[in-house]
Amino acid sequence: MSEDARKGLWGTAGFAGLMLAAGAGAFISSQRDKRDKRNQTADDAPGFTARRSFGAYDVVGRTVTIARPREELYAYWHDFANLATFMENIVSVKPTGADGRSVWTILAPAGRTVEVETEVVKDEPGKLIAWRSVEGSQIDTEGRVTFEDAPGERGTRVGVRIAYKPPAGELGRAVAKLFMREPNIQARHDLKRFKMLMEAGEIATSANRKDKTRAAKQASQSQDASQDNTRQEETA
Amino acid sequence: MRALTWQGTHKVQVDTVDDPEIINPRDAIIKITSTAICGSDLHLYDGVIPGLMPGDILGHEFMGEVVETGPKSTLQKGQRVVVPFTISCGQCFFCSTLQYSCCSNSNPVEKQDISANVYGHAMSGLFGYSHMTGGYSGGQAEYVRVPYSDIGPIVIPDHLEDEKVLFLSDILPTGWMAAENAEIQPDDTVAVWGCGPVGLFAIQSALVMGASQVIAIDHYPHRLELARQLGAKVINFRETSVLDALMDMSGGLGVDAVIDAVGMEAHGFAIDNIMDTAKQKIGFGADRVSALRQAIMAVRKGGRVSIPGVYGGMADKFPIGAIMEKGLQIRTGQTHVQRYTKDLLAKIEDGTLDTTFLISHRLPLEQAADGYKNFKEQQDTWTKVILKPGMSAPDNTRKENA
Repeated sequence: MSEDARKGLWGTAGFAGLMLAAGAGAFISSQRDKRDKRNQTADDAPGFTARRSFGAYDVVGRTVTIARPREELYAYWHDFANLATFMENIVSVKPTGADGRSVWTILAPAGRTVEVETEVVKDEPGKLIAWRSVEGSQIDTEGRVTFEDAPGERGTRVGVRIAYKPPAGELGRAVAKLFMREPNIQARHDLKRFKMLMEAGEIATSANRKDKTRAAKQASQSQDASQDNTRQEETA
Repeated sequence: MRALTWQGTHKVQVDTVDDPEIINPRDAIIKITSTAICGSDLHLYDGVIPGLMPGDILGHEFMGEVVETGPKSTLQKGQRVVVPFTISCGQCFFCSTLQYSCCSNSNPVEKQDISANVYGHAMSGLFGYSHMTGGYSGGQAEYVRVPYSDIGPIVIPDHLEDEKVLFLSDILPTGWMAAENAEIQPDDTVAVWGCGPVGLFAIQSALVMGASQVIAIDHYPHRLELARQLGAKVINFRETSVLDALMDMSGGLGVDAVIDAVGMEAHGFAIDNIMDTAKQKIGFGADRVSALRQAIMAVRKGGRVSIPGVYGGMADKFPIGAIMEKGLQIRTGQTHVQRYTKDLLAKIEDGTLDTTFLISHRLPLEQAADGYKNFKEQQDTWTKVILKPGMSAPDNTRKENA
């Protein structure tokens, strides 16, 4: 895949350390080539905000400014087990023992769960963590989180970019959206929860009772999901 | 516990609901001793603010006694506190620049999408004011859960009774910030549309800030009288051509600053307001802006426009040309309550500000629905209603039979 194609996906800042799977890269690359002939002038906007398609992949992104030091935010994120504290759809992230590999258990529509095994493909302390799904995963995805000093006393700009192949194509994504499992919404919400947790030390809820919070409902849902999975395994 | 719940347009009732409990570490539970119905609650009552659900507990002006604290609350059981209606984390960019009502963390994530879609950015959390601002249960109840209790609530010394300090929760700082936003200079003439509680506090604040003349505009005789007692000159817009009068009373210069303390449900017979009313009735999403239009016409060239009145949607026939060609400055926003509570408490204590003159009625919480009805329908004399959960109800039997 060409350097241009990679820039298209990840934005003009470039993302040299991360290589897409060969097939996807070729697809994105061909899309990009056609359009480049019509429009040679690139702007400074992040790649994911482009009005063009990334082919089979969807690319989502979001940046938040968090009034905490870069190193502290990086450290919290770097321990992948912490991700479940603010990522609503993540039931758990467990290291598999193999170097930089983890298994993510993700809630999917209709109470199901999906497992994705990822490997860390780049890790720059205090600055960047990038991961991608290993070959044969149920979902083809890759992502990165970047930590940059915000101007002056404003803290840290935390940017997340995720590319993924929607499960079962457009239909799968439409269904997912109905259940609020749409990655764009999810990424935005998760990042805001991360900001709440890091700045205020807690995640805002307007519930009046402990059993009425989203976190409580989520916990019971993931419990149901894991029970369902057990049942499925038993019947299989 | 008992609480006033919204059930639909012009339908509120006192119900038995679950007691709140501590959920997050910085929470506190407050036992309400006094709460008030706000003019902006009438926008909810009238169904012109979107995002309410039947059963929502209203009320964003309240105070009481701390009865329970989370591990990270700095409050102590037994303390008397007034709680700001704006819910603010104290740590985000906005809170640290004292723009508390813009807090980016207090509105629960899943509720932020509504306002982010409508306004381009998510609003902060507010008590008892629709799911657009978080869906937080309000304080027209026996108890309320207060998030970030280490940042918001202000502790009240025992010698100050509830009625003197209750309005620190909203309308006093709102009137004060409205006057501050008008950037009043000593020789200024300031005109204030609306002599409801916020307008009256804006008038009082403008005079404390040194305005040479404050002119109050309304159509309710009793409310105009309250404004006059504060030291304002008054104009009844039903009797008088407001623009002509203001031009003359400001020496032909035009008033230096204008304050719109009316908001989205303006009264008035002008053709623009009749059209706005029709659109609002058929759900066209249009705010009634006749008071604001008039204020923008009245203000002098290079003058200041301050808008404490609540708006929620779009405005038609908005005089953007007058704003540009006259070089006006506009300042508005939900009140950054936490910025003002300490200073204003001191001004109440030393007698600079009178906070009780506008209270017209005191009712038990059980009669809250009557309070809403009368506050809405008898605006001239029902200027401010205080609800007290502990107060004995003389006509309780009637309520139970109703």
